[in-house]
Amino acid sequence: MARKHREIGKAGWGYTAVASVIGFIYFFPVFWIILTAFKTRTDALAVPPKLIFTPTFDNFVSVFYRASITTGTSQATDMGLYFFNSIFIAFTSVGLALIVGTLAAYAFSRYPLRGNDTYLFIILTTRMMPPIVVIIPIFLMFRLSGLAGSYWGIIFLYTAFNIPFSVWLVKSFFDELNPEIEDAARMDGATERRVFFGFCIPQILAGLSATFVFGLILTWNEFLFALLLTGVETRTVPVAMARTLGGEVGVDYGLLAAIVTLFLIPIFFVTFLLQNQLLRGVTFGTVKK
Amino acid sequence: MAVLPTEKHTSPATPHTRGGFGGWLLDPKRRGALLVTPAIAILFVMNIFPLMWSFGLSFFNYKASSQRVPRFQGLENYQDVLTDDKVWERFQTTAIIVGSSVILQLIVGFLLALLFAKAFPMRRIVLMLVLTPMMLSFVSVGVFFKLFYEPTFGVVSYVLNKISSEPFVMLGSPEGAIAGIVIADAWMWSPFVMLLVLAGLVSVPKYLYEAAEIDRASKWRTFRTITFPYIKSLLLLAVLFRTIETFKLFDIVYIITEGGPGSSTETIAVYLYRTAFQFFKTSQSSALAYIVLFIVIVLTNLYLYAVNRRAAEVD
Repeated sequence: MARKHREIGKAGWGYTAVASVIGFIYFFPVFWIILTAFKTRTDALAVPPKLIFTPTFDNFVSVFYRASITTGTSQATDMGLYFFNSIFIAFTSVGLALIVGTLAAYAFSRYPLRGNDTYLFIILTTRMMPPIVVIIPIFLMFRLSGLAGSYWGIIFLYTAFNIPFSVWLVKSFFDELNPEIEDAARMDGATERRVFFGFCIPQILAGLSATFVFGLILTWNEFLFALLLTGVETRTVPVAMARTLGGEVGVDYGLLAAIVTLFLIPIFFVTFLLQNQLLRGVTFGTVKK
Repeated sequence: MAVLPTEKHTSPATPHTRGGFGGWLLDPKRRGALLVTPAIAILFVMNIFPLMWSFGLSFFNYKASSQRVPRFQGLENYQDVLTDDKVWERFQTTAIIVGSSVILQLIVGFLLALLFAKAFPMRRIVLMLVLTPMMLSFVSVGVFFKLFYEPTFGVVSYVLNKISSEPFVMLGSPEGAIAGIVIADAWMWSPFVMLLVLAGLVSVPKYLYEAAEIDRASKWRTFRTITFPYIKSLLLLAVLFRTIETFKLFDIVYIITEGGPGSSTETIAVYLYRTAFQFFKTSQSSALAYIVLFIVIVLTNLYLYAVNRRAAEVD
């Protein structure tokens, strides 16, 4: 049930031209990063900065293969693994949070209990708190339990970070549904399972995808916890990016730009596909049909 | 896998026939609680328990770097933190950065929303240009904005040097460094404000504009009496959400200025990080973190008030 937007008036191609120019100015820093990905080291730090140059794909190659100075052969880097890790960890934890959050949201919406508001408030506070408050205990916990460096550790942590918004958002979508239809279905002998999966879930699919893309954007680039809690095997791309900074020859801007560009593609694609839902997502479900 | 809990409770005809613990657990009376349990359990393990742990730490003189047995010292850490002039300075710096960044985000986000409120060909694609900054990582924004500001190689410096003859060193002065951070942060997050405002703009019923046109109301009047009331609470929401998030600003500051020059751009989050991981004053940092948490809780309450008001209005 994608909601049709009611825009204020319609405009033609002239407007598109103006909007594109403004949009491009806004996009310019990203554009520059993408350009840098195609530059050689000299071009990247040329004075004055170069807009026109001979593009090279070397940076993209060296994201995945590093030339070894001693043997003269090229050696595969672990960047492929890091890309897999980032995608796997982000999608799994956002998905898990969505499932767990939807169940909780359904309960908060349909079975109002005493103290519900308090629970909801505590849930939201956990998302608003500065991560630094819990970082030391979490670090110690992960070390003691052996979760440090494992996929499950970081996935559960990110799941926990995404649950608050999932609950709040999905609850507001459930709140909008008409409970009378559900009651009518129950009268006709539908089981609770059928009411939930057959009536409620299909009606809020747009809301669920909004929640998903919103969570994905917030999780995709998480750095601080990933830095402290992932190991060699589970390292994510933002951590790998930061690791390219500490070289003895200074920052390799071309290489970093290539990683940034590649890392932008998946999230850009998902956001583009679910763009209309995202609009819904950021308003926390307060915009009604 | 988390579908399991629903499976358990979803056959209303059968639960009463089961006995023992399973029957007790699946009683429809407990269905709400059962559905909430997985979420609360994960939050408890990953957030609430660590939160209580660090609350405990804030009353000891624990140092993560030393083996000594921590000693209980009551409110001493809180006293130390609250009487420390440095902490107040950091709060001031944070307030300046948060204030200017959020105002800038509001202005830019609002103007962008006005631009995209109209339907035009290829709007979906042009909108993506503006949304992209949100999807970048703090690390990359930090590194590349630092490069843009760089006096010799930077694009910004290059352009500004063309205009004025004076050599331009953005991050050299406290004001310039703060501006540098604010611009990077506002650039990243203005699209978020834009999305919120846009959501408000499209929710204004069209007939109100038509009525205004018939009444020949001026543009400004139309905006003030029709548009603004619809986006007012969403704007408030944007302000609060961005304030809470900017309050925690860490990565960008750490990469662009490392808190410098001097300590002029050291935000409370950077200071916290330093106390915890450079000076290993674990307990003191916990106490400070709790003070920050208190402020965030106050802000969250305001935020909830805004959300509820918005919900009430739309009803």
